[in-house]
Amino acid sequence: MALLEIRGVSRRFGDFLAVDDVSLSIEAGEFFCLLGPSGCGKTTLLRMVAGFDAPDGGAILLDGRDVAGIPPEKRDVHTVFQSYALFPHMTVAQNIAFPLTMAGVGAEASRRRVEEALDGVSLGGMSGRYPSELSGGQRQRVAVARALVDRPKLLLLDEPLAALDAKLKERMQLELITLQKEVGITFVYVTHDQQEALALSHRIAVMNRGRVEQMDEPSRLYGSPRNRFVADFIGTCNLLEGEVAAHSRDALELRLDGIGTVRSSPVEGQVERLVPGVRGVLALRPEKVAISREAPLPGHNRTTGKVFDFLYLGDVTIYVVELDSGVRVEAMLPNSAPGRAKFFEAGDSVHVGWLPEAGVFLTD
Amino acid sequence: MRKNSLWLPLAGFLVYVFLYAPLLIVVAFSFNDSRLNSQWVGFTLEWYRVLLHHEAMLQAAGNSLLIALVASAVSTVLGTMAGFAMYRFRLRVLPLLVLAPIAIPEILTGVSLLLFFVLLGMTLGMVSIILSHIAFCLGFVAIVVRSRLAGMDESLTEAARDLGATPWCAFRRVTLPLIMPGVVAGALMAFTLSIDDFVITFFTAGVGASTLPLQIYTMVKTSVTPEVNAISSLLMLLTLVLILVASKLSPSALRSGA
Amino acid sequence: MSAAWRASLQRFLITGPPLVYLLLFFGIPTLIMVLASLRLPGEFGGLAPLWETGPSGTELNLSLESYGRFFSDSLYAWLFFKSFLYALVTAVACLLLAYPLALLIARSPGKRRDLLVLLVILPFWSNFLIRVYAWMIILGPESVLTRTLNALLAGLGIAPVELLFTPFAVLVGLVYVHLPFMVLPLFANLEKHDPALLDAAQDLGAGAWSRFWRVTFPLSLPGVYAGTALVFIPAFGIFAIPDLLGGTQGIMIGNVIKQQFLDTRDWPFGSVLSMVLTVGALALAGLAALFGRRTRV
Repeated sequence: MALLEIRGVSRRFGDFLAVDDVSLSIEAGEFFCLLGPSGCGKTTLLRMVAGFDAPDGGAILLDGRDVAGIPPEKRDVHTVFQSYALFPHMTVAQNIAFPLTMAGVGAEASRRRVEEALDGVSLGGMSGRYPSELSGGQRQRVAVARALVDRPKLLLLDEPLAALDAKLKERMQLELITLQKEVGITFVYVTHDQQEALALSHRIAVMNRGRVEQMDEPSRLYGSPRNRFVADFIGTCNLLEGEVAAHSRDALELRLDGIGTVRSSPVEGQVERLVPGVRGVLALRPEKVAISREAPLPGHNRTTGKVFDFLYLGDVTIYVVELDSGVRVEAMLPNSAPGRAKFFEAGDSVHVGWLPEAGVFLTD
Repeated sequence: MRKNSLWLPLAGFLVYVFLYAPLLIVVAFSFNDSRLNSQWVGFTLEWYRVLLHHEAMLQAAGNSLLIALVASAVSTVLGTMAGFAMYRFRLRVLPLLVLAPIAIPEILTGVSLLLFFVLLGMTLGMVSIILSHIAFCLGFVAIVVRSRLAGMDESLTEAARDLGATPWCAFRRVTLPLIMPGVVAGALMAFTLSIDDFVITFFTAGVGASTLPLQIYTMVKTSVTPEVNAISSLLMLLTLVLILVASKLSPSALRSGA
Repeated sequence: MSAAWRASLQRFLITGPPLVYLLLFFGIPTLIMVLASLRLPGEFGGLAPLWETGPSGTELNLSLESYGRFFSDSLYAWLFFKSFLYALVTAVACLLLAYPLALLIARSPGKRRDLLVLLVILPFWSNFLIRVYAWMIILGPESVLTRTLNALLAGLGIAPVELLFTPFAVLVGLVYVHLPFMVLPLFANLEKHDPALLDAAQDLGAGAWSRFWRVTFPLSLPGVYAGTALVFIPAFGIFAIPDLLGGTQGIMIGNVIKQQFLDTRDWPFGSVLSMVLTVGALALAGLAALFGRRTRV
């Protein structure tokens, strides 16, 4: 049985459908991410699980029990708020002791558990400080410690790293992964940052306009996006417009606008639907596109163009190639070869190639 | 780089002179050894001594203090509730009733309360004054409390609930301590407003009771005597102390209330 | 007990007491005044009975007589207009005095800014009557100011003047008492201006004069409207200042209302005047809110 099950949940604010018939199920011990642009309904969904908001339709089951009508304080679920919501008039220790006090844990036991919790997030010795005297990263740790001190079944995290700078963010991500493994508590993590979601989670639900677009493991989400939105939202993607030319169990042939006929992988179970003439896009990751001065190896789809511009990013360089037809394709090349920081200059004529299995044809 | 021109500080300074000179003159004349408020003659504490034996004035001061204490206590409780309600719920009638007495000229509140009490057959006096003062102080407390709440991170209360606190418990342990400076500032403001009020008291006092402002009004209206300077100076000292306490507690609340 | 029921109980318990209090001691008195304006004055002042038993049975004793009296006697319209003028001049004078001060405070560094704001609020908290009384001393016939002025006028060959108990004294008192109401909203607005805007304007070639009129002032309009409303409305209905400083020429509508209720005891007519004042004040408040909204940046 899933620890958290969301069955057909909807939530409407006036005319605006914030959450539209969402169903999810999250297993115990999982690190689960709700990913989507702002306004996609992910925070609303989280607030309904926490009990701050109630669905207009559908049900939320925690451990198999419908939680409708149960107030937040009675739910075995805690939240790490985006603002951390540390009580400014209480010390770090008093903040962390808060849930224990509410649960009626004795002073001595409470003191011991607060100390353990502080050690767990390497904040020993900070217990007497007030939140205003802590750095951003320290506040974040206190918020997590406070939410975990009484071992809830489920921890909800609402963009907890959004306020931190890039370096600190990366370190806190690693800390969160380690912590989650240690405590074994299920994390549901809301973020709009796709890299963060890919880095942290076991599974990700990509949300858009109140709906779940795709739910999968990070690698599958990245490798086989189910639709245009997911392909575009996760990482960067070339979206090449075109239509089906021929489709069989073994091969898919596409006629791409401004490029011509290319081969692609057949879409499983869609042979009947993707008949010749059906339009869509070929989603092609820049790192799967090869560019070279000589013609690419046989077996590649190939075309030619000129380097239009490039972005040097240190570890990789992204080239924008303008094909002869005017269509632009991005290619990402590693700069790992010593002394070869840059391969091409703007204006260079190049061959562009990719393997048939590199891209995914999407009709939504 | 803009040059700091001198005319702005100069103009500002003159306005401060305009604000303070009249009050300083009153204080100065309270120590002046002359019955006329026209010319400095010499230093005396005579007018403060006279004040100590001015029965009607002492009686009025006692009344004012009692009224201000009761009115500020009740209006702080009701005003805090109103401020909280206005912040938390979407209400139509309450905000209107809270803001209207502040927005319309005081005399209107005064005369309508006069009509109300007389038609009820109530004898005007201490009780009618206190009831009226609560009605207009309440709104000021509510505004201060609401602005304090609006400045508070909403997720703090939610965090308390999330961590196991009942609504009442979350209010008592998190919300109330955080809005306390606002509540205290509101209470001090209500106290000051009540003890200073002239217009509404003027209409609701009847012949039954006198307050300090009414007493001052009568004295000023009939014949200006230096005792007025003395009692005025004392009152200014009292408000000065109160305002300093309040500003220590919540500078922003004071600003929003005034 | 369901959650929804509990929530509405909670809401009722918090909202109820202040709501009931204000309905009782503000809402109902206001309604009584509306009703009183439609009634007839009693034989010995106050109100005539609401129900009258005559030969044709019992009838409701309501009339528009007092309103008729208001509209037929131009004296009262003139008084309203005069009060309006006093309030208008007060608001303009307050604006002229408050603007430089608010600008100075807004451009002061943090700590000093708080002190300067406190210095504006302080006199506002001292007793209203004392502040008016102070001007009775300053403008009194024997005061240094009056004597100096008259000595100067004598030098110019002009007859001596009185300062106290004149419209001038009323205006000085009105401005003095209401000045903080103008400074504070102006300051609250000016404080929020991004200093970079002025740098940008200067960078783009604006001199000090155009920087003020083309950037600072237009952006401060919401504060100007708020301050004007906060000064104008209470000044419109005031009665203590003209009562103490105005003498017979300086009467405003507030004095007449007081007179109708406490001296003449013509309650219906007093209520009519109050109603007109209420409508006027609310209309002006609404107007200010409308302007404030339109210019919101």
